[in-house]
Amino acid sequence: MSSQTKPITMVVNGQSQTIEADPAQPLLWAIREQLALTGTKFGCGIAQCGACTVQLNGQPIRSCVTPVAAAEGAQITTIEGLKAADGSLHPLQQAWIDEQVPQCGYCQSGQLMSASALLASTPNPTDAEINTAMQGNVCRCGMYNRIRRAIHKAANSSAAVAFFDPQADASKTADQTSSNRQEMNHG
Amino acid sequence: MGKWSRRAFIAGGVLTGGVLAVGVAIRTGRRTDELAPMVTTEGEALVNAWVKVHPDNRVTAIVAHSEMGQGVHTALAQMLADEMDADWSLVSAMEAPAEKSYANYAVGKGFVLGDADIPTWLVRTVDGAFQKIVETMSLQITGGSASVRATGVYGLRVAGAAARQMLIDVAADRWEVPASELTAENSYIVHAASDRRAPFAEFAEAAGQLTPSATPQLKAASEFKIIGESKQRFDIPGKVDGTTEFGIDAQVPGMQYAAIVHAPVFGATLTEVNDAKALAMPGVTGVVNLENAVAVVASGYWQASQALQALDVSWSTTGTDGVSQDAIFEQFRADMDATLANNDETFDKDEGDARAAIDNAKVKVSAEYTVPYLAHACMEPVNATAWEHDGQLEVWTGCQNPLGFRAAIADALDIDFDNVSLHNAPMGGGFGRKATPDYAIEAAQVARAAGTPVKLIWSREEDVKHDHYRPAIMSRFEGGLNEDGKLVGWDNQYVDKHEPAEAPVVPYSIANTRIHHASSPTHVPFGPWRSVDHSQHGFFTESFVDEMAHAAGTDPYQFRRAMLADHPRLLTVLDRAASEANWDVPMTAGRGRGISLQESFGSVVAQVVEVTINEGKVAVDRVVVVSDTGMAVNPDGVIAQMESGVIYGLTAALYGEVSIAEGAVTQSNFHDYQMVRMHEAPVIETHIVNSDAAWGGAGEPGTPGIAPALANAIFAATGTRIRQLPVAKYDLEYRVTETDEVG
Repeated sequence: MSSQTKPITMVVNGQSQTIEADPAQPLLWAIREQLALTGTKFGCGIAQCGACTVQLNGQPIRSCVTPVAAAEGAQITTIEGLKAADGSLHPLQQAWIDEQVPQCGYCQSGQLMSASALLASTPNPTDAEINTAMQGNVCRCGMYNRIRRAIHKAANSSAAVAFFDPQADASKTADQTSSNRQEMNHG
Repeated sequence: MGKWSRRAFIAGGVLTGGVLAVGVAIRTGRRTDELAPMVTTEGEALVNAWVKVHPDNRVTAIVAHSEMGQGVHTALAQMLADEMDADWSLVSAMEAPAEKSYANYAVGKGFVLGDADIPTWLVRTVDGAFQKIVETMSLQITGGSASVRATGVYGLRVAGAAARQMLIDVAADRWEVPASELTAENSYIVHAASDRRAPFAEFAEAAGQLTPSATPQLKAASEFKIIGESKQRFDIPGKVDGTTEFGIDAQVPGMQYAAIVHAPVFGATLTEVNDAKALAMPGVTGVVNLENAVAVVASGYWQASQALQALDVSWSTTGTDGVSQDAIFEQFRADMDATLANNDETFDKDEGDARAAIDNAKVKVSAEYTVPYLAHACMEPVNATAWEHDGQLEVWTGCQNPLGFRAAIADALDIDFDNVSLHNAPMGGGFGRKATPDYAIEAAQVARAAGTPVKLIWSREEDVKHDHYRPAIMSRFEGGLNEDGKLVGWDNQYVDKHEPAEAPVVPYSIANTRIHHASSPTHVPFGPWRSVDHSQHGFFTESFVDEMAHAAGTDPYQFRRAMLADHPRLLTVLDRAASEANWDVPMTAGRGRGISLQESFGSVVAQVVEVTINEGKVAVDRVVVVSDTGMAVNPDGVIAQMESGVIYGLTAALYGEVSIAEGAVTQSNFHDYQMVRMHEAPVIETHIVNSDAAWGGAGEPGTPGIAPALANAIFAATGTRIRQLPVAKYDLEYRVTETDEVG
């Protein structure tokens, strides 16, 4: 283990930042402690849960195992940088609210950073593509179906023509019944 | 409300700035010594429910419950707002601070203690054993799925109705009209006859001078406008942009970070630490020795974690250093046998003559079930930040019992309760784990030793290895069927009994029933885990009922149905689940359907699970849930809780196992304590029944029924009866022939 600190410069949410850090220190702790961006969470420390997911040059990475040295000169996007410059919500964030996705919410920064990376590369993902992109993100409150639904919704709302199915919405409210069956095609 | 109105104590007053405040407490005639840390003078009140009406006509519900994703602040605000006839767009909620002075303001004298049993685990944080207290009305405990059914029903609704009545009384006086001619609509008081209307706020200050009625008129269910609506949760926007500050996000100037390692074997203590290497490492400012743990304090968490690994630590030996999981189950078996042999059982139920009925039965079935210990694995590992300065101890954390934590910290640190303050934050998962204050006490101890603010974070490994686990339980059954295939005898012995007292619940009408238990304590610490012992016993009893159905050659749904003639509420829920799941439509080979029915926390939930077995692996395709919580205050919130309860219980059923080897926990992190992930998550269809029953909880009742419904589905698909969890223990490629059936 290196005990030497070095200046490391990266662009975090569009702003250039230079910190003094041991190059081996995980990026997570630089983000949370040195840059005070606490939206990125610690969950497991071994890249098993995805709570610490941020984007490095657009790729979703587990910041708990990524040495801060790997961020030298890179573009880092955290949950705090997901909104548009004018402060408006990312379509995924809006879909997360519309579908009432979070419960405890602790994993959701990581979920959103994985999902936004997915939509950037795959604007209209299938269930299978969503499952593959999201299976590194654990949600202990078990909101997987809502997450998948919200990703589809954001993908649709980002499309040129918005899709609205009043009948589906009305029946959901009237019956007080949930079903995500129509969203699924696995098995 | 009859029995409550005698104890209900409502008080109103005016706060600075002309804010009307109305609170409700429940009177009691009894108190216990254990409550002393909460209540310093005789007659002092504990908060349960408050409402504030602001001069700009906003309404704030003050909720003495912690938010961990269950949507409690929103649901309880809905209950308040509906009784007030408030404009929902002007309503918000805040969590009551862990302050007695706040709690006491204007509420008056008297506190909560009375009619109902509160599970002892809810109040273990208060020193010593606790007796009876009305569920969660005080102590700011969030657990037992009790927020809506206790605080909401007896607190927020009453506060809202009282506030509404006070505002109407002032308006009647000013407008010189009978109060009976006034109504409240969308945060306005309205006199239809003279076409007058004015916002609540105009009457707020004067209302604060009135003495509220102790028994305000509550709405009938048919009059609800906000209760029963799927209002969006208040806490969600902050959870999609990273702004919600969980306990782990606390920032205190000058704060250091601490990592900790505990004695691997429960009960062992720290004997020796060689910390020279650790102290020489960059950023390290100190090493703190605790009784059963050692912590490193450093300028950053990673630095502290690295240095922790450089410590050379010795722990004491204990009498349990050699204990294995098999030995624990052997101990259970031996203690159950001995208890039986000595006629030393404690009975939950002994009706009819179960022994004779089983001895004379046409068909007898016996089975032994076990479930392992389980960790909670909240996404946010337990953590707390503490700072002792100027004789004051400040603690920042997320917990399920802020006042109880405050008392436990004061006690452990030997500091006056009044000199401890606790800032509670939303929890990144609680599930019962964060009702136990060990981590907050440690943070305070480390901060005291360090002399600086310290944020203590348990690593995931420590979180898994030093939890207060869902207890491992063994449960044995004997059942007897008569010539008609009717279940005539039920004998169930299990170990150990914990909470809640009513578990195991067997809702069916069985003429001869014996349910009894043996005591067999282990060295493994246990605590509440989502749905507490309903989660184990729900699996046992609903699996064994299924075994009896198959032994009788009867469809498992119809078998249950036939025993529910006297339980219409349960029957309705069961029927709806079977119907929604198309129970009667046969499944193809390799697929199976299983059903379960469970009553817990005042709610009834039936589940039907569909599985596909492929190359020995179980795919859970679909779960149909029917939930009767009496009244779903926020239907989408209830649906979300059912979905969450199903996935939480499914993780436990498929994978969940904490096992003991050489006295310590084997598992350590998500690689060996596996979670259900998105690609494995079933379709979940939730249907809500609003019966006339008393309002029940939602946070926990979705969990108990998934394991048995899953196990019953696996049996239907494979003929393999799952009698041990997790399911991952079974190789489902091969059919296991049951050998226990006799007669």
